[in-house]
Amino acid sequence: MLKRISTLVVAGLTAAALAACGTGGSGGSGGTEGGGSGGDSIVMGFSQVGAESGWRTANTKSVQEAAKQAGITLRFSDAQQKQENQIKAIRSYIQQKVDVIAFSPVVESGWDTVLKEAKDANIPVILTDRAVDSADTSLYKSFLGSDFVEEGKKAGQWLVEEYKDSSETVNIVELQGTTGSAPANDRKAGFAEVIGADQKFKIVASQTGDFTRAKGKEVMDAFLKAQPDIDVLYAHNDDMGLGAIEAIEGAGKVPGKDIKIITVDAVKDGMQALADGKINYIVECSPLLGPQLMDLAKKVVAGESVPARVVTEETTFTQEQAKEALPSRQY
Amino acid sequence: MRRLLWPILILAALLLVNVIFTPGFFSIQLREGHLYGSLIDILRFGAPLILVSLGMTLVIATGGIDLSVGSVVAIGAALACLQISQDQGVLVAVALSLGLCLLLGAWNGFLIAAVGIQPIIATLILMVTGRGLAQLITDGQIITVNEPAYKLIGGGYLLTVPFGILIVLVVLAVTAFLTRRLALGVLIESVGGNAEASRLAGIRARGIIVMVYAFAALCAGVAGLMISSNVSSADGNNAGLWIELDAILAVVIGGTSLAGGRFSLGGTVIGALIIQTLTTTIYSVGVPPETTLLFKALVVTAVCLIQSQAFRDKVFRRRGGTAPPQPVNEEKVRVST
Repeated sequence: MLKRISTLVVAGLTAAALAACGTGGSGGSGGTEGGGSGGDSIVMGFSQVGAESGWRTANTKSVQEAAKQAGITLRFSDAQQKQENQIKAIRSYIQQKVDVIAFSPVVESGWDTVLKEAKDANIPVILTDRAVDSADTSLYKSFLGSDFVEEGKKAGQWLVEEYKDSSETVNIVELQGTTGSAPANDRKAGFAEVIGADQKFKIVASQTGDFTRAKGKEVMDAFLKAQPDIDVLYAHNDDMGLGAIEAIEGAGKVPGKDIKIITVDAVKDGMQALADGKINYIVECSPLLGPQLMDLAKKVVAGESVPARVVTEETTFTQEQAKEALPSRQY
Repeated sequence: MRRLLWPILILAALLLVNVIFTPGFFSIQLREGHLYGSLIDILRFGAPLILVSLGMTLVIATGGIDLSVGSVVAIGAALACLQISQDQGVLVAVALSLGLCLLLGAWNGFLIAAVGIQPIIATLILMVTGRGLAQLITDGQIITVNEPAYKLIGGGYLLTVPFGILIVLVVLAVTAFLTRRLALGVLIESVGGNAEASRLAGIRARGIIVMVYAFAALCAGVAGLMISSNVSSADGNNAGLWIELDAILAVVIGGTSLAGGRFSLGGTVIGALIIQTLTTTIYSVGVPPETTLLFKALVVTAVCLIQSQAFRDKVFRRRGGTAPPQPVNEEKVRVST
């Protein structure tokens, strides 16, 4: 008897939950259905990775606002970090005969088939933020996104400039991003290339912090004990840097003074720490590529030729610049 | 105690490896008004894992398994940080968050004990949906909180000792008292041996099962508070990611059988410390990130082999001396209803 009752309870709850999901789902997709083929204006289908971080949310907002300003009808879908959702979204854009498709690939591989379908339907494709590793580059018109190697180089250049008058050895520890990810590989390579020119720069320890605060703190704590003398910390993103700051403070050292800190990204929490003097330098990795994307889309639809690689407009921040930029920071 | 001999030896060996690479590894100083040193770090960062593993031990002792603890860690962290960021009192936030975790654990237990779903499937549901729930609570963002009282849980110190370690000691003492001084431990083991036979013998097997899953989720919730408080932020994506697997490994290294029916709390604590020491060793020895997983796999394989009685007998075959008692074949008796 108890078993039967509990089965009924589970069935009832599941049905209720499913019903709730159903209404939520149709509400969400309503945004994609609406709009129609509004006259002469360009229709763009955009498939976003997800909403995993503040960076990504700012990226989405930038695309949506830029589309509104440029008079482009945007059909937006969120892939929730899954490639199959993204492929589905692209297929539905092809069926809806949109004028141009833009998307940030969740992963690098496995896009050839669906991109070929888009090509056969004569719909141009623009990649944003992340690349695909397809051998056939005719499958997409352009790739708009940050140059991670360049970001690493900028970080290295600041360090070289900062220590140009000193001849003593500079001991550097590095917190890498997720092992094997493109930003981690490229930011490491760019940084190493610039500082490699001078013998006094020495990377004494380098470990992955998985782009998270918790890992950044844990690894930095171990570095502080294993390495007696650390002058500089280079973290592949702000979050790991923020975690490391807590570890440094726990060890009784002053972040930004005893240990100089360079990070990449420039999200709000990071900028705040920079303005507070706990970080010394941040290389921006800007999510605000909406306006550039809309320009590209217009050119592509008009049949003009566009460069195969467009780098996002990005800058760098020192502590003074952070104080100025912080009040108007969008993300 | 004999059962704990090998795990303790392994832990000691790992610590010794660290001393070779970092001479000051064992030194503990007072810095900034609190204890400071590598050993303290291992305890501090290992505290959440020890807690989750303690809950997992009791679940495994009933012959079950709980894959959802990692997601519960994320949910507990997310709800507490959300409440605090909305200017809720820390105590209220902590109570709400732990209450939700208890409820989720009881839900797991209900699915298993009353509905009769296999533990691995029942908890898999929450493992997958729980991450989504955590994301829903945080709205997909990292919530940053600046609240000194909350910071105490995972990142603060009481009388120079990291507060997290004190929490672990209290939970460990209470659990040990309840299961080893009172009859609860025997009841859990008997349910793990054979739930149906226990029920026929007059033990409320269903109640015990719901209780252990609720306890596991509560431990996970506290671990979530620690992890998020340590970095003053809740990350729905990454908090407690894969901690369920580390916890299961810690339980197994500690000598608790996955078949259920017996458990060792002390073994679990040492198992969790071995895993955390291994992680610290990787950082201080400087194993390159690309080979970290391979290095871990090799060490864990070695640990499991050394733990195995059959393997030890084969390799270090001892002649003469008294042969150690073979574990009795744990064939389960099936009682049809």
